[in-house]
Amino acid sequence: MIDDRLLLRTPEGAHLTLLPAGPLPRGLAFTLDFLIRIALYLGITLLLLAIGLFNTGLMLILVFLLEWFYPVIFEMLWNGQTPGKKALRLSVIHSDGTPLTLNGSIIRNLLRSADFFPLLYLTGLITMLLNTRFQRLGDLAADTLVIHLPDKPVELPTLPGQSIAPDWPVTLEDQQVLVSLLERQQQLGDPRVQELARFGWPEQHDKQAQQTAMAISRYLRGQP
Amino acid sequence: MKQTLFEQRFADDWKTFDTVLTRLESNQKKQPSNDDPEMARFPQHYRRLCHQQSLARERGYSLSLIQRLDDLVLRGHRQLYRHSLPMAAPLKQLFVYGFPQAVRDQWPWQLASLIAFCLPLLLVATLVTQVPEMIYSVLDVDSVHAMEQMYEPDAPHRLERNSSDDLVMFGFYIYNNIGIAFRTLAGGMFFGIGSLIVMVFNGSYFGAIAAHLVNVGSHEPFFTFVIAHGAPELTAIVLAGGAGLRIGWSLVAPGRHSRLDALKHSANRVMPIMYGVFAMLLLAAFIEAFWSPRLLEPQVKYLVGSLLWLVTLMYFTLAGRR
Repeated sequence: MIDDRLLLRTPEGAHLTLLPAGPLPRGLAFTLDFLIRIALYLGITLLLLAIGLFNTGLMLILVFLLEWFYPVIFEMLWNGQTPGKKALRLSVIHSDGTPLTLNGSIIRNLLRSADFFPLLYLTGLITMLLNTRFQRLGDLAADTLVIHLPDKPVELPTLPGQSIAPDWPVTLEDQQVLVSLLERQQQLGDPRVQELARFGWPEQHDKQAQQTAMAISRYLRGQP
Repeated sequence: MKQTLFEQRFADDWKTFDTVLTRLESNQKKQPSNDDPEMARFPQHYRRLCHQQSLARERGYSLSLIQRLDDLVLRGHRQLYRHSLPMAAPLKQLFVYGFPQAVRDQWPWQLASLIAFCLPLLLVATLVTQVPEMIYSVLDVDSVHAMEQMYEPDAPHRLERNSSDDLVMFGFYIYNNIGIAFRTLAGGMFFGIGSLIVMVFNGSYFGAIAAHLVNVGSHEPFFTFVIAHGAPELTAIVLAGGAGLRIGWSLVAPGRHSRLDALKHSANRVMPIMYGVFAMLLLAAFIEAFWSPRLLEPQVKYLVGSLLWLVTLMYFTLAGRR
């Protein structure tokens, strides 16, 4: 694989395909969370002023809670997502694929100030770029990683048509390539499908190669 | 089995699982009840899905089908292994056993942290007592003046403090002290150096101020103020330093583990201490804001303060022994 997908096997034999999130989406999520926190400060200050309960002591407690526990609270309530991460469809999980625990969340967020050192998450950024799973120091200590939640995959409709048995011993790889080509026929468009089909049947014309490829794919897929 | 047949056979299965998942994902805070038959079947359903996913991969079905199954498996995994948070029992366990045991268990680092705090404290205090001008090499003139005014025996502000000031100070102590403790821990990530610096700095600072206030004759207001909350506060800062050193040491000398494994291990081991530090600093902030500024007989304050120190020491030496 040339992408940065992470393939995990779990004891029940499941394959988990995880896609670790890099510095850019995580930075954006952080910025969003930061803006939300500022909005919260302003909103609560105005609210307290309006009902006449404003007090510097309360504000300091609030600043403390939001500064240190905003990510912890949301990561616990929303299955590893803060509002910023939710917007960017990111989630924090443990690196064995299990959901984030309270301990994990607290470790990674308490060590945030080490990642921030000396300014603007420089240490965290360097650490993230030094490992393949984009973990900052807090993630390394808590054994967590931030992943992209996959988009909901769509079912690809295939058109019915002629089906022909292949005239060569088909390997699994052949089968997967051909069936995927059949399913993506409409996404790719005829010219591209023809071009690809010619790799398999160079002796045939464009249209003919496409028809042969599709017919054999339908057979392999078991398409009526 | 050809892919089309496979899809036809299990399509309903996948659809049901998807509906269940959507339902679980939409109310994450609520723990699903065990009486719900759908929930009771969930693990079984999930295992069946894992089996189908393996088959699909093994038989070379198309990537889009595998992707759809991967998605269901990942979502199922995230729901099945979701953690619930019953708080009361673990909290009791933590404060009765976990916290004091962890502190005793990690005594070498806690001792190192204590030394890193006390040695500079004593050195600087002795220095300032012997050579009073030395205070200006630790603090600038304005801070020294502010300190002198704050602890001046008959300063008017000490008589006029009201409850709203107390609340402000409570907020400030929480924000400031707990923040310092957390940063002390994080400083451990740099091979323990960050934690050491915090300990040495705080030790010298405290020593300098104490010695200077003794020099100018304000020792009574100062010590009656700090003695009570000092017990949880200074102890907690030292403990946070020790936790940071424990993490730092795991990076310096990981032993038979890789540095990464040693780091993960030590981070988990110091967590009970950090929960404890958090609770102690909350308590300290409360005492510091609402008890320490009260103007009572010095004997009463010394008595209460000594009692708090005694309780703290007893807690860490005796609690959690079986």
